[in-house]
Amino acid sequence: MSRIGEAFERARLENRVALAPYVMAGYPEPGAEEELAPCLREAGADVIELGMPFSDPIADGPTIQHAATVSLANGTTLRKCLEAAAHIRERSDVPLVLMGYFNPVYHYGVERFCEDAAAAGVDGLILPDLPPDEAEEVRGAASARGMDLIFLIAPTSTDARIERAARVASGFLYCVSLTGVTGARESLAEGLREFLGRVRRHSSLPLAVGFGVSRPEHVRQVAELADGVVFASALLDLIDRTGRDERLRAVEEYVRSLGAAGARRNAEHVGGRAW
Amino acid sequence: MIQQERFRDLQWEADERGKFGRFGGRYVPETLIPALDELAEAYERYKHDPEFVAELERSCAEYVGRPTPLYYADRLTEHAGGAKIYLKREDLAHTGAHKINNALGQGLLAARMGKRRIIAETGAGQHGVATATVCAKLGLECVVYMGSEDIERQRLNVFRMKLLGAEVRPVTSGSRTLKDAINEAIRDWVTNVRTTFYLIGSVIGPHPYPTMVRDFQSVIGREARRQVLEREGRLPDVVVACVGGGSNAIGIFHPFVRDESVRLVGAEAGGRALRPGEHAASLVAGSVGVLHGASLYLLQDEDGQVLGTHSVSAGLDYPGVGPEHSYLKETGRAEYTAISDREALEAFDLLCRTEGIIPALESAHAVAQAVKTAREMSRDQVVLVNLSGRGDKDLGTIVGREEVQP
Repeated sequence: MSRIGEAFERARLENRVALAPYVMAGYPEPGAEEELAPCLREAGADVIELGMPFSDPIADGPTIQHAATVSLANGTTLRKCLEAAAHIRERSDVPLVLMGYFNPVYHYGVERFCEDAAAAGVDGLILPDLPPDEAEEVRGAASARGMDLIFLIAPTSTDARIERAARVASGFLYCVSLTGVTGARESLAEGLREFLGRVRRHSSLPLAVGFGVSRPEHVRQVAELADGVVFASALLDLIDRTGRDERLRAVEEYVRSLGAAGARRNAEHVGGRAW
Repeated sequence: MIQQERFRDLQWEADERGKFGRFGGRYVPETLIPALDELAEAYERYKHDPEFVAELERSCAEYVGRPTPLYYADRLTEHAGGAKIYLKREDLAHTGAHKINNALGQGLLAARMGKRRIIAETGAGQHGVATATVCAKLGLECVVYMGSEDIERQRLNVFRMKLLGAEVRPVTSGSRTLKDAINEAIRDWVTNVRTTFYLIGSVIGPHPYPTMVRDFQSVIGREARRQVLEREGRLPDVVVACVGGGSNAIGIFHPFVRDESVRLVGAEAGGRALRPGEHAASLVAGSVGVLHGASLYLLQDEDGQVLGTHSVSAGLDYPGVGPEHSYLKETGRAEYTAISDREALEAFDLLCRTEGIIPALESAHAVAQAVKTAREMSRDQVVLVNLSGRGDKDLGTIVGREEVQP
């Protein structure tokens, strides 16, 4: 089992939803992610997603767009993202997932990127504009080096497409909670239970829910339906509006509040099964 | 002749994954893939549907004004001093540019698919105007995304779109131009995918858009091929068009791709200079990358970030170029050149004064290239130019320059 798989398994045994916070490399200032990662781990993060900025993030709402713009202005490159991952890895065994768009990876060279990411201690990749249809090369290069390529499943995905993604996926399935871009929302989408039920029928991989998840009550709801929760925009908003001195304390408090909400009251959660 | 058969085995249609060679495909969020499947299926069905075809042809004739004329530009020919130059007058199509051909085709398709909400992106505003026009005609809701920088420099077209009942949404992210308007339109589509039809304006985007838009624009080349044959009793030696995303160029090139004797030349925006950020010549100076759902030639920095672009013509101001053009370049079937802002402006003046035709600044790039090409050829040869749009929309830009450089 991969480090990511083990993290989900540990959360399951502890009867709670796994937490997967997202921070953007080079945001809000160069090196911030290296301070944030240990803090997130301390606060209960099971997996950390490290965002790699792109000039044209079509799947992202205003918060992550803004973070990418700031990060690029701070001089963040793919090379620096990989170095940041390596530094985080030196100090922690937290599962690390790089998340970004395909063009910079393609430009870097798929084989070389996977080689360097694996050497940096990265455990998985998420590329939201690389659906399974286009992902063969990256999947081959990643899995040859023991990294998971994590696919997104959307509420619009047909059963045939869910099945196809489930066949080639590893690590976990990233279930997009709504039809839309990333960003904090007031409430979770209706139909989430039905959607996750559909995904469950096709895969025994852990399911993580992301897009729009921001509040403890969201995490409480997701905990009853899925195995993990990804949160990004609300965390970046918090980082954005908190002074640097207060940042780590505020982030730790926020992540702990989500973690507390993610503890399951029932031993058997709704979607649960052993994997 | 070996030379004549160089291109015999090339791939003229996208494969089942939507690829021309290694270009094209579907690099989009999973949420959109089912919508692209639905679109591809509907397009396949309706393009062979006699009623759909008849309605499209009737609207092309009665509403757009097709076929557009082929015009022998005798004084321009004389000025160039070489091959005969013919202009395919897309500037005379309704709304003043070729963009209406595609907007009409996709609009009719959207209506048949039961999608009542249309979104579009626009750079210069020509595609936005064409889309707003078609939506007004078909009674569809229309939202156009436009970079706030482009809104500034194309005020008249913004007004036209509003007059036609469209909502124009300013885009303030990134470079605030066409590429950012496309990003925002894609984000809208991801959000409202179940009810909304994204009417893309060029031969870009994920499959099936590059093929579908090409098919709707190929009416230009089919007409022009027939018209040149009627006038000259032979095919043209060279076909010239300007290339931004590449829809007018593919429209006139495609019906000639199998005619190996016909050279295809695309004129990209050379801007101020071929330095990063100062031009938009993706095929001449770019490298292979992925943008807006397709792999294609792209202007990008050493880290794979998409570069800003510049062109005097807003319609060519785009860092990528359609996958089929990328394939035509890579295989050598078409050649691509860069025409500078200065050359385009000179060609703009030249066409005004020699022929009494005010071209769009985009089309002026094609005119500049055509004059250069014709000059090197003999008087019995023929150059066909796609005059893709008229220049009324650019008069503000021209007046501004006159004021700066009296």
